[in-house]
Amino acid sequence: MAELIAKSPGAGLHLPVTRGGATLAEWLPGAITSVAPFAGAGDKVDAALTPLGMGFPAPNGMAQGKTARIVWTGRGQAFLIGAPAPEGLGAVAALTDQSDGWAGLRLAGPAAADVLARLVPLDLDSFAPGTAARSLLGHMALILMRPDPEVWDILVFRSMARTAIHELDTAMVQLAARAAG
Amino acid sequence: MSGYRLSAGGLVDRSQTVRFTFDGLPFTGYHGDTLASALLGNGVQVVGRSFKYHRPRGVLTAGSEEPNALVEVLDGAQKTPNVRATVQEIFPGLAAQAQNAWPSRNLDLMAVNDLLSPFLSAGFYYKTFMWPRAFWERLYEPLIRRAAGLGRLSGRHDESRYEKVFAFCDVLVIGSGPAGLMAALAAARSGARVIVADEDARMGGRLLADRPEIDGMPGDLWAAQVLEDLAGMPNVRLMPRTTVVGAHDQGTYAALERVSLHRAAPGDAPREAFWRIVAKRTVLAAGALERGIAFCNNDRPGIMLAGAARAYVHRYGVAPGQRVAVFGTTDSARQTARALQAAGVQVAALIDPREDASTLEDFKVIRGAVVTDTQGRKGLRRVQVRQGSNTFALEADSLLVSGGWNPSVHLACHMNGRPVWDDGIAAFVPKPGAVPGLDACGAAAGRFSTAACLQDGLRAGLAAVADLGLAAPALTAPQAEDGSYDITRLWHVPGKGRAWLDFANDVTVKDVMLSAQEGFRSVEHMKRYTTQGMAPDQGKNSNVAALAVLADATGQTIPGTGTTTFRPPYTPVSIAAMGGGGRASGFAPQRFLTSDAASRERGAPMIEAGLWYRPSYFPRPGETGWEVACDREVRMVRSAVGVCDVSTLGKIDIQGADAGRFLDFVYTNTFSTLPVGKVRYGLMLREDGHVMDDGTTARLGAQHYVMTTTTAAAGQVMRHLDFVAQAHCPDWDVRMISVTEQWAQFAVAGPRARDLLRAVLDDLPDLPFMGCAEVGLYGIRGRLFRISFSGELGFELAVPARFGESLFRDLVGRAETLSGGPYGMEALNVLRIEKGLITHAEIHGRTTAFDIGMAKMVSPKKDCIGKAAAARPGMHGPDREQLVGLRPVQPGQRLTAGAHLFTPGEDVKRENDQGYVTSVGPSPSLGWIGLGFLKNGRARVGEMVRLVDHLRGLDLLCEVCDPVFLDPAGEKLRG
Repeated sequence: MAELIAKSPGAGLHLPVTRGGATLAEWLPGAITSVAPFAGAGDKVDAALTPLGMGFPAPNGMAQGKTARIVWTGRGQAFLIGAPAPEGLGAVAALTDQSDGWAGLRLAGPAAADVLARLVPLDLDSFAPGTAARSLLGHMALILMRPDPEVWDILVFRSMARTAIHELDTAMVQLAARAAG
Repeated sequence: MSGYRLSAGGLVDRSQTVRFTFDGLPFTGYHGDTLASALLGNGVQVVGRSFKYHRPRGVLTAGSEEPNALVEVLDGAQKTPNVRATVQEIFPGLAAQAQNAWPSRNLDLMAVNDLLSPFLSAGFYYKTFMWPRAFWERLYEPLIRRAAGLGRLSGRHDESRYEKVFAFCDVLVIGSGPAGLMAALAAARSGARVIVADEDARMGGRLLADRPEIDGMPGDLWAAQVLEDLAGMPNVRLMPRTTVVGAHDQGTYAALERVSLHRAAPGDAPREAFWRIVAKRTVLAAGALERGIAFCNNDRPGIMLAGAARAYVHRYGVAPGQRVAVFGTTDSARQTARALQAAGVQVAALIDPREDASTLEDFKVIRGAVVTDTQGRKGLRRVQVRQGSNTFALEADSLLVSGGWNPSVHLACHMNGRPVWDDGIAAFVPKPGAVPGLDACGAAAGRFSTAACLQDGLRAGLAAVADLGLAAPALTAPQAEDGSYDITRLWHVPGKGRAWLDFANDVTVKDVMLSAQEGFRSVEHMKRYTTQGMAPDQGKNSNVAALAVLADATGQTIPGTGTTTFRPPYTPVSIAAMGGGGRASGFAPQRFLTSDAASRERGAPMIEAGLWYRPSYFPRPGETGWEVACDREVRMVRSAVGVCDVSTLGKIDIQGADAGRFLDFVYTNTFSTLPVGKVRYGLMLREDGHVMDDGTTARLGAQHYVMTTTTAAAGQVMRHLDFVAQAHCPDWDVRMISVTEQWAQFAVAGPRARDLLRAVLDDLPDLPFMGCAEVGLYGIRGRLFRISFSGELGFELAVPARFGESLFRDLVGRAETLSGGPYGMEALNVLRIEKGLITHAEIHGRTTAFDIGMAKMVSPKKDCIGKAAAARPGMHGPDREQLVGLRPVQPGQRLTAGAHLFTPGEDVKRENDQGYVTSVGPSPSLGWIGLGFLKNGRARVGEMVRLVDHLRGLDLLCEVCDPVFLDPAGEKLRG
């Protein structure tokens, strides 16, 4: 049977790129499912997530299981990333497929936080590993995660991938050029 | 000859010679020089011309407050005006030129203004350029514009790199003199996150300029030691070349960093960075600014502030002149005379107005004396001194003046707190608590001795640490001089000639007195009448003296007269830095469709729809202009099949037990009764009763809907739904999330739409009009909606976005074999106008459901957002402008959106305005047609209206018709 060719949001956008102490790469998070527990169903949602080794995250939190992570993305909302929704979750929470809606980028390295400080208005020193936040990348809506001390995972709207990569790369270029002086 | 480079001394690196040009002439200086110190070292005395009278001017200060030495820095074709030579570091290849001088700084023809000065006093603009009125725009304004302004821009886009940065800290220390360094040390040793910002390239503040002894070592060495200590701590960020320019709400400070303005080859480094620093506590240790004394001709090149002269000697190894006189009201002047003497410069005399001043010096001290006048047009030659009743001349090529010091209170006043007058030092000091969390210390708080600065800095640092709940480190202030300040007040030496207050804007004592005399007695009025304090230095050199003169003229006290408002920025900030990265396409994010590349390959020009780029039309070879392509695409949809990417429409997934009830509340019509598998058109109002948005909503399951919004209002509707859910019905079980980006969605429209869909879908469901279903295609799942924005048999097919490009290419290719193809925004627009379908051109925020002919869609059976407001008088009825169709009476005539409508026979004037045109397009079958709003329009169908577009010169008769031009019964789309 004929197939439709799938394209990732960062296809053709010249990643990965390393400049100075930071590397920007496309991050393919796999399945993303938004999870919004229905009224009064908090405990049931936690129970349904147990097989993945996680519960519903607290605000600005994320939990990393073996294969998947769940990330707080707003009031009463989290993204389950990297695994399909476990059975029974759909009965107790509103689920939507978000896998194609977001461009995933991974910024890593000792200079990564300094690069982000040019675009993200958050206190990144206080952004401990295991933290997640909704914020801005320049003028773009952002979901920011810090799974490890020098690794930052970024989700922006798929349609804005080009701008996001351009702005991050510009920050990387300028930061590296500062160091060269 | 005047200034020169001393044979030794200074903190410049004499092993590194730096070549640069000024006004095209080659000069050399040393690494570590500013442009000002290098020019002084080369004996250049005239560095520019004054603003109004074009008087020759030299360097007055050694800091960012400089009012005279403003230059243009050239970089290729680019030009940066108003650069302070006292701040600009020299680097190999630096090219700078004097500004405000024509043809040159040494021969400036505009200096004729100086001779005309009796006619050019303050307020002359207001008196001179009054009549005749016809001259205002044609003669006076161009004349004033040519003469006004300091410096010139290149007129080109500034394509250089700039950046914005966010930073956070526990303690922000502003200034790195003795007070700042002690505060930083105290905070840093407690473990607090510390940022130290200093506007100088080299940190150390007055410790570099004065080199006082601290714990037995020269101040600059002590500073270097502390800075090295701080630099080694991971919790400290040192920021030289960074001026904190604004204190804003909640501990947020704006700061401008000169990143590469001192580098010969900056590469890709930004020129400047604009920082937003959020601090829990702030220590203001910005020091103090020396002030001059107003005496006749006190603005000649060679006249400099006394503290600045010390900086040139100690920091740069440059003498301000061969034979200097010093005139001052505090021991700061005496310190300067001693420093110059020690450096081997001939000191003509120290002129001290204090009767009891000590004369025990190695140079002549003339006490109880004042300077009354000076001579030397392009460089000081002689100083007139009056002692008692004696007046005599003193030969000198440099005169160093000190009228005392003004604490840098600016940042402490940025949240509208006024400074407090301290009579002991005859200066304003910051009002404690005026900026929450900010503590001023050292000279910025009026404590001037080195010992007092060190102790006060330590105090402020420890206070910040204690506030933050951190343990105080064991730290004591080192030993240093603790001299007294002992100022005598002297603002102005009376005399016949002009005595300058504001050098940058050429404001004299006489101007301020004239202001008071003419009734502008408030300090705010005086400022505006004379322009004192309105130049790039914002009055840093003149404000206090000017208001002292005003106080004298009005018989008030200085605190009674008060200060003008201190506003950010503290020093000039380039707009480019503030907008860092926001130029051209950096202004806003760009959103691209999954089909973007495929459309561009077909040569489609893009138009911006919000942040999205959408194809305007798909030109074929030989087609000239958009109208030809549009015409073909419209015919193609009406006769075969067209494909259009409609993914930009907002899509919101709504779920929960109360989802239907929620939709009933936000839409004017009912959705709780919509059967699963069906779609309904909905209208949404704002709280104020006007239409917010429209679109279709499909019911996918018992508790599951997907709403579509217009492209333009996708974000607004999402925000609105969130607000309604949180504010009006927080207990309802309803969950929403945008799925706009998840789905690539394509309209497939035209009589052969089914043929096309059959070719790609596993199985084409037999959908009724306004039906929806899940479908399979190429092994994936998609959604199919039978909806139409064209009036044709129409579907929209949605697939996960990763397949968007592939499906678009597939659909377009197959459509072409069916005599169809892709269509763009122009065709889409014509198709919908032919059907009278609205967009945000019609629901522009000032129209109601009644206006657009949809009053019946507001269900009488239930409440909804905006319903009550829409029922108010004036929101409906014959006086409202109502949606109508418009056709030119003479076929072939063009229509324009934005034109206004008038009743034929009536005068075309505002009072007779009957409405306006919102959308127009060339219909292949009907010619130009339009939609518009006309007073009582629905009752006027069949009448004529006169369409007038003053902008595009259009005036024609139109027939008012029903807005649905084509297939009013909807037979085609239901077929």
